[in-house]
Amino acid sequence: MQPIVTKELTKKFGTFIATNAITFEVKEGEIFGFLGANGAGKTTAMRMLCGLLRPSSGEAKVAGFDVYKQADRIKQNIGYMSQRFSLYEDLKVKENIRFYGGIYGLSNNTIKEKTKQLLQKLQMEAEADQLVSALPLGWKQKLAFSVAILHDPSIVFLDEPTGGVDPVTRRQFWDLIYEAAGRGVTVFVTTHYMDEAEYCDRISIMVDGRIQALDTPRQLKAQFQAESMDDVFLKLARGK
Amino acid sequence: MRQFFVFARKEFYHIFRDKRTLLILFGMPIVQIVLFGFAITNEIKNAEIAVLDQSRDYYSNRLVQQLQAGSYFKIDQELQSHQAIEAAFKEGRIKMVVVIPPKFGESFFHLHKAQVQLLADAGDPNTATTLINYARAIIGNYQQELNGPQSMPLTINTTVRMQYNPALKSVFLFVPGVMTLILLLVSAMMTSITIAREKELGTMEILLVSPLPPAMIVTGKVVPYIVLSFINALVILGMGIWLFGMPIKGSIVLLLLECALFVLTSLGLGILISTVTDKQQTAMMASMMGLLMPTVLLSGFIFPVESMPLPLRLLSNIMPAKWFIIILKDIMLKGSGLREVWPQSLVLCGMTLLFVTISIRKFKIRLS
Amino acid sequence: MRTIFFILQKEFLQIFRNRGMMAIIFLIPIVQLLVLSNAANYEVRNLAIDVVDQDHSAWSQRLVNKLTASGYFKLHRQTFNEKAAFEDLQLDKADIVLMIPRHFERDLVREDKASLQLLVNAINGSKAGLANGYTNNIIRSFNQNIRTEWLALDGRNGPAVIEVTYSNWFNTRLDYKVFMVPGIIVVLVTMIGAFLSGMNIVKEKEIGTIEQLNVTPIRKHHFILGKLIPFWIVALFELALGLLVGKLVFHLPMAGSLWLVFLFAAVYLWVMLGMGLLISTFTETQQQAMFIAWFFVIIFILMSGLFTPVENMPHWAQVLTWFNPIAYFVKVIRMVLLKGSGWANIQIYLLIMLAYAVVMNGIAIWNYRKIT
Repeated sequence: MQPIVTKELTKKFGTFIATNAITFEVKEGEIFGFLGANGAGKTTAMRMLCGLLRPSSGEAKVAGFDVYKQADRIKQNIGYMSQRFSLYEDLKVKENIRFYGGIYGLSNNTIKEKTKQLLQKLQMEAEADQLVSALPLGWKQKLAFSVAILHDPSIVFLDEPTGGVDPVTRRQFWDLIYEAAGRGVTVFVTTHYMDEAEYCDRISIMVDGRIQALDTPRQLKAQFQAESMDDVFLKLARGK
Repeated sequence: MRQFFVFARKEFYHIFRDKRTLLILFGMPIVQIVLFGFAITNEIKNAEIAVLDQSRDYYSNRLVQQLQAGSYFKIDQELQSHQAIEAAFKEGRIKMVVVIPPKFGESFFHLHKAQVQLLADAGDPNTATTLINYARAIIGNYQQELNGPQSMPLTINTTVRMQYNPALKSVFLFVPGVMTLILLLVSAMMTSITIAREKELGTMEILLVSPLPPAMIVTGKVVPYIVLSFINALVILGMGIWLFGMPIKGSIVLLLLECALFVLTSLGLGILISTVTDKQQTAMMASMMGLLMPTVLLSGFIFPVESMPLPLRLLSNIMPAKWFIIILKDIMLKGSGLREVWPQSLVLCGMTLLFVTISIRKFKIRLS
Repeated sequence: MRTIFFILQKEFLQIFRNRGMMAIIFLIPIVQLLVLSNAANYEVRNLAIDVVDQDHSAWSQRLVNKLTASGYFKLHRQTFNEKAAFEDLQLDKADIVLMIPRHFERDLVREDKASLQLLVNAINGSKAGLANGYTNNIIRSFNQNIRTEWLALDGRNGPAVIEVTYSNWFNTRLDYKVFMVPGIIVVLVTMIGAFLSGMNIVKEKEIGTIEQLNVTPIRKHHFILGKLIPFWIVALFELALGLLVGKLVFHLPMAGSLWLVFLFAAVYLWVMLGMGLLISTFTETQQQAMFIAWFFVIIFILMSGLFTPVENMPHWAQVLTWFNPIAYFVKVIRMVLLKGSGWANIQIYLLIMLAYAVVMNGIAIWNYRKIT
């Protein structure tokens, strides 16, 4: 069974069609890049898949659960991280981990154990008792990602996770993503950075609410006779 | 200067685009003036009382009727025994019990002396005193009526003139206070929260790196609110005059100038609050806790400043509202001119200057 | 249930970590209670009186002495000059002017009547009424005295009188603080408990963390409870603190059961918390939430009977107070503390609050959509 399956998924706001009958599948353990210009409908699609927004029509299953009827079960099985949200700035690193572990129903022992592992992996043991507001942005983002997959979800949604971060930290961030994918976590990521798109197993490009292209980066470059993903993107965005 | 207008215009856009806030800014004062103007009053009407009439004769009956006749008292219940009094008070409705001991008429005509006992719920001391005064006056008249129109030797007649407010309307007491309170809150809160908001959203930084000097940024932010607050002041003033019949005995030009001055003072206070706090929540709580209760209680709006202990009388001097209430009352009710209200006006000017100076200083410190 | 615990823990951490908030919650209310309770005083004493005594007789002097000895008046100026007295009235230096005309004593003896004139600064209507009442009582009793003396009458020969005695129940010393302190406690509890909570939810909306919470399996009611309970607890604590200060500093009587006060407060707070929640559901920014909360809180406070009795309001305004939760709490806390009203007296109000709480929270939760 595929972790994410959609069929003709549509969302209308009044007469405006934000996502127009999109159909795609994401495979298990895959890093799936979700690209598109601002306002192309990426966020709307993502919100529907996370159970935050009710679709107008079409079908979608996430982790095997129906987005209409089983939104609660979906939430139990996904992780989510967006650029806008980091963590609670007025809570300490440890307290944030504990809070999110708690609301996903992890036991106290598990939380303790995971906190230790996580801090070790990020080499942030020394900062465990610092307020999140005192951390540099890159650290916050790495921490946020680790917290988002704390409860071992089968799918993680990342909404422009690396906005505003320097290239080195971005590289480190992607290492974390690869590692998670290596453990079988399916990663669904939206991004503006075309070099990041190259890191994805497969990418889809949305234009005006529709998916205009969906394939591996290599195939897409071949298909559009482009040198880089940048060119692919520009050709698609302008080519209407 | 052009930049300044561009900037001020942006503020106007902010305000007018946000329909909800706009509605509150103008709707709030109007609704509140109407509600408070009519509802906040010390005029006692239809106070509910209970009667324990142990005589039940013709004369005691008439006394009870007399008490009921005016608009002061409404008899809620007739009690049967002394034991029932406490229970009646505990129910919380009645404010006073009138006890007429047995043989009222007989004692009055034969012993030349009858008794009435008034028991007041002094939980609210002021109402209690007022009710007792009213009841005594009514009983006094009744006594005269029973004695008939015989003229007494050595009678002192007292004529009373209620100056400035012959009908004893409490509107005249409270409307200036309500006007002041609302003007102060709307103006101060509006500015403090808006500036705090801009800080919180980080847009303040963008403005600060622009070539505009900081003083101009703040002025630009405040000018629209000056205009809005002054319009508010006009609306409030108009309602005081047309809805509540407040007279304007003094000069209307002076009145408007004083309103403008007070608007500036309030805005200055708002800016000061916003320079001290970073968070909207704090700004809001500061204006709520720091302004609302002290202004209501210490400005003389509801409670006369003279009855406060000395330290609070001194403290009340730092409330801008206190001075403006005096100015409003003097100009509107007494017809005073600048000759009488210059000290208060001077105090307000001083406060405004102080608020602005401190704010600018704080602002600069933040920048360095 | 465990989820709620984690949310509570987070909320408390956030509250206690914010220094400004701590001051607002714990320090400012106590200071306000201490200071403002002293300000709220309606007692009319030490009224400044100007006497224009143009008679300068033994009796006129005696009347003036009697007035100043009563404790209600403070002689501000004794003068011949009417103008000076008027000026004092105009400048608020005198509250009342008593004019004793020439030949007051002579007229009284020769013509059996004389008149006095009283000018009262009536801008404060109730104060003027009281001042007038006091003065007239004193003049009447003065009249009685000189009459009895002059005519050498004893009580039996004079006209019949109705003797009025009075006593003040529940607050014999007419201490205004005893009346105000419970009311001010209500206001402080309301501000802390109710409006911070709503603001807190809007804050998560504004900084975007609510989005994150929405993708977690947190259930709607867990989230709401987790947000409201901390402020409920803080507010109840605030109430205890306020009552303690009231008892220690102002010797607030506690005639009735404190449990009843807390029970009522517990239910009352759910009304206010629900209101905060409701406001948070239809506002996007803290600014809007604040303005709306403000709007209601000011109306509720000023029309609650806290400062001016509800009974004095026009009928339509009294009808409005049926929908004012603060009015109920102010009434009940005073009934219980000052008069010792019991369960039987307040149960009707408790029921109303309960219904109010259910309706308010019902609407709020119905309005609160996790899926937007």
